[in-house]
Amino acid sequence: MTVETVWVLAEVNDGAPISTSLELLTQARSLATTVEAVTYGDVTAEVAGTLGDYGATTVRNVGDLGGALPGVPVASAMAAAVTAGNGPDAVLFPATYDGRDVAARLSAKLDRPVLTNVVDLVEAEGGLASKHAIFGGSQVLTARFVDEGPALFVVRAKSFPAEPSGGGPAAVESLPVGQLGSSNAARIVDRHVEERSGPKLDEAAVVVSGGRGLGDADQYPLIEELARLLKGAAGASRAIVDAGWVPYSHQVGQTGKTVKPTVYLACGISGATQHLVGMKNSKNIVAVNKDQDAPIFSVADLGIVGDVHKVLPALIEGLKAKG
Amino acid sequence: MNVVVCVKQIPDPAAPPALDPGTKNLVREGKLILDDSDSYGVEMALQLADAAGGGEVTLVSMAPGGETSGLRTALAMGAAKAILVSDDVLAGTDALGTAKVLAAAVRRAEPDLVLAATESTDGYTGTTPVQMAELLGLPSITFAKKVEIEGSSVKVQRQTESGYDEVESPLPAVVTVTAGVVEPRYPSFKGIMATKSKSVETLTVADLGIETDQVGAAGSRQQVTEVADAEARTAGEIVVDEGDGAQRIIAFLEQLKVV
Ligand SMILES: Cc1cc2nc3c(=O)[nH]c(=O)nc-3n(C[C@H](O)[C@H](O)[C@H](O)COP(=O)(O)OP(=O)(O)OC[C@H]3O[C@@H](n4cnc5c(N)ncnc54)[C@H](O)[C@@H]3O)c2cc1C
Ligand SMILES: Cc1cc2nc3c(=O)[nH]c(=O)nc-3n(C[C@H](O)[C@H](O)[C@H](O)COP(=O)(O)OP(=O)(O)OC[C@H]3O[C@@H](n4cnc5c(N)ncnc54)[C@H](O)[C@@H]3O)c2cc1C
Repeated sequence: MTVETVWVLAEVNDGAPISTSLELLTQARSLATTVEAVTYGDVTAEVAGTLGDYGATTVRNVGDLGGALPGVPVASAMAAAVTAGNGPDAVLFPATYDGRDVAARLSAKLDRPVLTNVVDLVEAEGGLASKHAIFGGSQVLTARFVDEGPALFVVRAKSFPAEPSGGGPAAVESLPVGQLGSSNAARIVDRHVEERSGPKLDEAAVVVSGGRGLGDADQYPLIEELARLLKGAAGASRAIVDAGWVPYSHQVGQTGKTVKPTVYLACGISGATQHLVGMKNSKNIVAVNKDQDAPIFSVADLGIVGDVHKVLPALIEGLKAKG
Repeated sequence: MNVVVCVKQIPDPAAPPALDPGTKNLVREGKLILDDSDSYGVEMALQLADAAGGGEVTLVSMAPGGETSGLRTALAMGAAKAILVSDDVLAGTDALGTAKVLAAAVRRAEPDLVLAATESTDGYTGTTPVQMAELLGLPSITFAKKVEIEGSSVKVQRQTESGYDEVESPLPAVVTVTAGVVEPRYPSFKGIMATKSKSVETLTVADLGIETDQVGAAGSRQQVTEVADAEARTAGEIVVDEGDGAQRIIAFLEQLKVV
């Protein structure tokens, strides 16, 4: 058995496919003969062009969801194709809110297991095997499915580089929804988008993150100012997001963003395993923590054992002085 | 308003985790505790039942060895009763198998609302609650940071990449809550004493009418083929700040040509 067809769930945000979907298309090219993207909502010529450029020959579009959350309708459409014998050998989902929902719904509809938190995909015995970083990334587990049927994988952001293939625009076809029923009753009634200036957290070359060691919400502006001076983005540990100091969109880690900047500066962050999985692959890591045994130092290229209230203001002054 | 909360009982996350070298499953020995991630669901359920002016909070858990320690914690917080599914055939069950078991147990409680965490602390696939919702034929809303009941529907603020969406669904529905949705209460002495008289119904897979080949290692149809040490990062330079910490960071950034 070889891997013939792989589908990639391509989420579109702000009129463009999200980077994780492009990463998955890139990897899928090296694993399967045919790569196709599954989308929903409005597929513009530009979106079809980008998806084609990253390797999709066909875009299968579920169409307008009428305000429904994607989980049920998109999974129904995929399930209907599989049941009709037009399914793929594997489906790759980005580990996003909606991606995880669609994967879980499809898994239950098809009675197929799903492998989640995947960080690498390789060919194995004619099929696919997935790699999972466990225990804070200290160990890597390899897993695979043991029976036939579409293999479902939910893959974490930044597991692969996104590289265009130079392919032409993908042909857009419809992927009609199947049976919906009462489970499709949840509706989005309003959207709230937070204002953010500067580069995006998961795209910035420099990320400056703050944690509970800052002591108080009114110290967070130190992080924002540093990020601004370094033309980077400001991030956070979950502890201070839960405490309400900063919005959730700042969170780095297992349930937050995965970042891979040139420099990650962790300030007053202990380095819990769930934080490490979101930033451990940064090219360079600088940590400031007053506890020399803090786990964050185990991944730091430069660690300063010190007080953030002294080091950060001095750093801001120093950078300003440099101009 | 009857709310069911799915609560996972897990090995203490403070203890170093380990995989069984044979089965490659997580070692689950000794006392299990209430997954901290689920304390938010329990608190949310108690508050919603309260706000609705009555109703019961029922816990549902699947755990080995008839484990009830974590359930006791949640009962002490104020939940009325618990259903525990414990059965040797469940060893090695994957997320879908777990969802099958939870769905069957939840169905018995006839809930208006089912709460779970967005993901557990130990397995963190985050797929179980939505798989369960599909098996129950219910709508689901994941990543709730605020939950309100209005008449016969649930209103949720759902986290998104760039903010949040307001999502509504008729009841019954499955909602997964994030940490930070509410501040979990500590069990009071009175609450702890009261757990003694609360019922924990213990069921087997057969009691739920589930075929044994649907669960356990066989039902999971996936296999761990290898566990290896990750490539270690080369040790960095750790220095104590003697007033020169900021300058050292600037020098490091200069070397990387970031400044
Ligand atoms: C299912 C699950 C998912 C999770 N997902 C995430 C996630 O996505 N992202 C995430 O970050 N966490 C996540 N967590 C939480 C994680 O386990 C930690 O609780 C969290 O990362 C801790 O945040 P912190 O480092 O800011 O706080 P703490 O762990 O409290 O650390 C504070 C640090 O600041 C230091 N400090 C204190 N004062 C000073 C000072 N004056 N100067 C310098 N240093 C000081 C202390 O030494 C300490 O190391 C998750 C947890 C679970 C269970
Ligand atoms: C490191 C690791 C990786 C794994 N990877 C996979 C994988 O890729 N695919 C797979 O199918 N399985 C995987 N498993 C197995 C999986 O964790 C277990 O099957 C588990 O029973 C259910 O999944 P979860 O803990 O990930 O739940 P999640 O879906 O993360 O849990 C979310 C919420 O669902 C509820 N819930 C989950 N389990 C229970 C329970 N037993 N009782 C009551 N409520 C519960 C709780 O509210 C919980 O907070 C993995 C396990 C480990 C340790």
